[in-house]
Parts: sequence; C-alpha cells; structure tokens
Amino acid sequence: MKIIADTGKCVGAGQCVLTESELFDQSEEDGTVIVLNDTPEGELVEKARQAVHICPSQALSLAE
Amino acid sequence: MTTTEEPALQFPLVRECPFSPPAEYRQIREEAPVTKVRTPEGKQMWVVTRHEDVRQVLNDRRFSANRFHPDFPVLVEGGNALRNRPESERSMIAMDAPEHGPARRAVLGEFTVRRMEQLRPRIQQIVDELIDNLLAGPRPADLVEALSLPVPSLVICELLGVPYADHEFFQEHTSRLIKRTTSAEGRREAFETVRAYMGDLLAKKEAEPTDDLLGRQIVKLREEGTYRRDALVSLGFLLLVAGHETTANMISLGTLALIENPEQAAAVKADPGRTLDAVEEMLRYFTIVDAATARLCVEDVEIGGVTIRAGEGVLAVGLAANRDPEAFPDPDEFDIERGGRHHVAFGFGPHQCLGQNLARMELQIVFDTLLRRIPDLKLAVPVDELPFKDDASIYGLYRLPVTW
Repeated sequence: MKIIADTGKCVGAGQCVLTESELFDQSEEDGTVIVLNDTPEGELVEKARQAVHICPSQALSLAE
Repeated sequence: MTTTEEPALQFPLVRECPFSPPAEYRQIREEAPVTKVRTPEGKQMWVVTRHEDVRQVLNDRRFSANRFHPDFPVLVEGGNALRNRPESERSMIAMDAPEHGPARRAVLGEFTVRRMEQLRPRIQQIVDELIDNLLAGPRPADLVEALSLPVPSLVICELLGVPYADHEFFQEHTSRLIKRTTSAEGRREAFETVRAYMGDLLAKKEAEPTDDLLGRQIVKLREEGTYRRDALVSLGFLLLVAGHETTANMISLGTLALIENPEQAAAVKADPGRTLDAVEEMLRYFTIVDAATARLCVEDVEIGGVTIRAGEGVLAVGLAANRDPEAFPDPDEFDIERGGRHHVAFGFGPHQCLGQNLARMELQIVFDTLLRRIPDLKLAVPVDELPFKDDASIYGLYRLPVTW
C-alpha cells in the first residue's frame, strides 16, 4: 500500500496529522500535507485509511 | 423536483430541545433528503441532509461560496451583510477555486497542528487564571462570563494582535451580527462598525508591523506585492468573529454535556487521553454552526438523485448530516466512545474551518482543567431554565449558571 497526497488539493485542515502524526505532517510555510511515511504497515494501515476518509478535500488516496 | 409549488417549510428551523435537532430534519432526511424549502427572504433554496450528500456538496466546485453574489442563499431577512459589498473586500470565505487556495495558504501556516501545539502553555495559563478567579468569586457564577467567552477571546486577540481591552466592543457587535432578530439595517451598522475598527487597527500595524498574525500578514503580503487593506480587514474580521463566538458556545454546551453525562465525564477525568474524543463528540452532537454552509450552484449537479440547477441556492445542513444514522449509529446518543471524527461540524471541503485545531486545543484544555480543578461542578438552575440561543445563527447558551 502507498499513500498518495495531492498537495494541490490539500486545504491544510490538519486532520491527517491528528489522525497519525507518524505518517503525516504539515508544511510550516503553507500548511499543506507532508507524507512522512508513504508505505505504512501494521496498525498504521488502518490509520492511513482513516486519514483518507476524513480528509476534507479528498487530497489523500491509497494505491493498493 | 419539478413542481413549481411554493415549498411549505421555511428555514431556519428551531431545535426541538437543547439536545435535539429540529424534528423536521429527520423527516426530510428519511423522506426527501434533498428538498426545497423557503428562506426568510421568501426565496427558494435546496436543503441537503444526508451525511454523504452534505460532504459531496461542500467538496464540489460546481457549488460556489461567493457570499457577495445577490442570489447567494441567506437565512436572515434583508440579506447578509456581505451581499453586494465591493469585490476588494472579498476574503477566502467567499472565494472559489482557483482564487481560494492561494488565499487560504497565505494564512494556513499560522494554524497548523504544530503551531497550535506551541500555543498550549499560554492557553493553559489563561484557563488556569480564569478558573482561579472563578473559584475566588461568588457562587453561583455564570460560566459564560467567567470562562466560555474570555478563553477564546483572549486567545484570538493575542494570536491576531487585537487589543483585548476592546473585547466588549467587538463582542457586542458580533452578538448583534449573529442574532437573527437583528434588523438588516442593524446588521449592516454592526458590520460597518467592526470593519472601521479593524481598518484603524491595520493602519497602525502598517506603520509599525507587530509580531502577530495580522502584522505578519501585512509584511508577507507586501513582500509579495498583494497587500490590500480591505481584504485583510475582511480576514481579520472573519477570524475575530469565528474565533470567539464558536468556541465560546462549545465551551458552554460541552460543559453542560459533561454535567449531564457524569459517567462519561468520569471516564474523561480518569483518562485525559480521551478528552479529544469527547471534544469530537461534542462538536458532532451540538453542531452549533448549522446554517453557515450555504452554497450557490453554478453548474447543474445531481445530488442524491435530484438535479440542482445553476443559479439555485443550497444549504448543506450540518446538524442533519451529523445525526444521520447511516454515518453515525444511534446518532442521538451522546457517546464519547463512538469514534465519529468524520462529522461535518467544521464543514467539509476546501472551506473546512481554518481554526479547527485551535478550537480543539482550547476545548481540550478547558475540559481537562475544569474536570480536574472543579470536579463537583453542577448547574445552579434546572436545564429547562437555561437560556439557549435559539435565535442566533451560532447555537449556544447566553448564560450558564453553575455552582460547586
């Protein structure tokens, strides 16, 4: 599984960071998403799915 | 819907009881989840009530957020204060793509999860001092006056660089602005007065930029060559209003929810790791900004099997979505364990609340501190005597008399 982030769509709500700060951070400059680990394993897989579901601008997706 | 009949139902509707949405929401959601209603101006507007449909409306470019447009649906008589204002005053809340993204990004760095975390010690200090004062004062006390309003007001003033000494002035005008019973003239007057105040404040910061959000924006936008005072007045106004009324009402209602659900309050007290879950559930359960997520359709769209035409107004009803059993089993139960972070209390899509992580931080600190320092907090009057804001566009409590 791979996390794909579209920073063009990202609106910097930070919901992904709240979901799992091991996977996601935000740019200090403009608040958009930074993926810290794009190939989550184990428990982090479910966190990644949750982040994708909650993201308000659907900027995150998963490639299985 | 092809009928040309006048819709029977007029929005906004009043909540059935302090803890329940208007009874009509359930009926609309079950029978005709996308339906036409009347607005106080006598116009027609679609309401969208299912969680899935609300998310779709709020994240679809074919629905515009341009509140300056004369056809933008509003829920007060005489139109909102933004209608027909000059283009130069447009801030991000009224922008669409591709203009909206860059405007939001210009200020987004000020509201990241990390930046909000840096504010934690100062917010804790503010909350502690206010609770010191509350405990030293007479009982019963009004929690709205003692805690709910001053916490977010102090925090947003410091963040923006607005003198807290002026808080009574802008709180008074804000409450006039959000009260549905205020006349159109009264709303315009309050709007102009706060704009003038913010304009004077920015003029001072232009001469001597301060190290706060508004001061930093002036410096940054000037460097980019895009600084317009009119637009920053709008942004400052928006952040000031959005930054205190909303969180203040959530502090009051959230405290009430904890008092009314002592077992869940005990669970939060025993494990502060649960406080954020409790906060998310309070946000979902009360959805205090239920009527701000209106849009103007600019290109025909099918939502929930209904075609909405360009030029028609739409309201994505957040409280109806947040009580949709398809998205939240047993939606009318207050349950901090439910894991309902997919609620739309902060909206959805590109306009989802910019200050949401500031709000979460303030609420988390307030409830953790209240439960620890005043564990026997209780109501000083029965629930049914509490003055709820049924007449305001942001739901909440005018007063919350408490004792301990």
